[in-house]
Amino acid sequence: MHDLTPLTALGASKPRSDTIGPVTISEAPDVALASVTARLGQEAACQDALRALLGIPAPDIAAYASGPQLSAFWIGPDSWMIMAPYDTHPGLANRLTSVCKDTASVTDQTGAWARFDLTGPDLPRLMERLCNLDLAHMPPGRARRSVIDHLGCYVIKHQDGILLFAPRSAAQSLHHALLTAAQAALR
Amino acid sequence: MIIHHPLLGPCDAQEFTYMGDARLIDRPDGMAEGSDAAFHDYAYLRENPAGEHRELWFHEQGDRSWLVVTRNTLTHEITQVELARDVARKQGRSR
Repeated sequence: MHDLTPLTALGASKPRSDTIGPVTISEAPDVALASVTARLGQEAACQDALRALLGIPAPDIAAYASGPQLSAFWIGPDSWMIMAPYDTHPGLANRLTSVCKDTASVTDQTGAWARFDLTGPDLPRLMERLCNLDLAHMPPGRARRSVIDHLGCYVIKHQDGILLFAPRSAAQSLHHALLTAAQAALR
Repeated sequence: MIIHHPLLGPCDAQEFTYMGDARLIDRPDGMAEGSDAAFHDYAYLRENPAGEHRELWFHEQGDRSWLVVTRNTLTHEITQVELARDVARKQGRSR
């Protein structure tokens, strides 16, 4: 039996959290992710399957929505990312495959992304230094992909703050960019 | 340059990759008579207009959709943006 120590995307045994001025930037490990893309001609059937699983309709264009257990955001035409706590949903992709059957292609994305949670007031002042999206005018419940520090990242605005998904192998680069921008903008 | 994405609204051109003349959608039938010449033209011949040009842009750092952008090469004014999928389907393609 292996006895390995799990590490977070930033390479530590505990998730990192930094508070700079009024903003807290926390690494959020233990997120299960899977992408679902409807197959040609199966778009409506795929949406029905997702609605049954999520308990809410699959999010509309550039939207983010939370159901009772799972949350989801739009990543492209007829394509969604499904998100859940890893502890309760270790086999998220398998579950999606069994629910969507032949209506969609499902890919496990759990190991591909690192999530950072941004909370605090004045987040737009931080984000305007990092990416093109106008976070000040973006309503909660919106999810977009854009470039932050040369990295393609998902940016989700919700009631209590912002979720960022960076390519996991570039987690340290994004974290560095976040800290640098926060120190410049908020200190 | 701002590209008005049909689904997402205004997006910075930085998020896109230029993928060439929109004629690339019209791939010839490789099994048809005279397909050698058709493929030669498809692969090598391009118009180089000083003015309106239809071209493909890929939203690489966004939702990964392919767009057909009508752009004036003299002024960079963009007059029309469509999903490449819709353009191909309008021409009778299945996808």
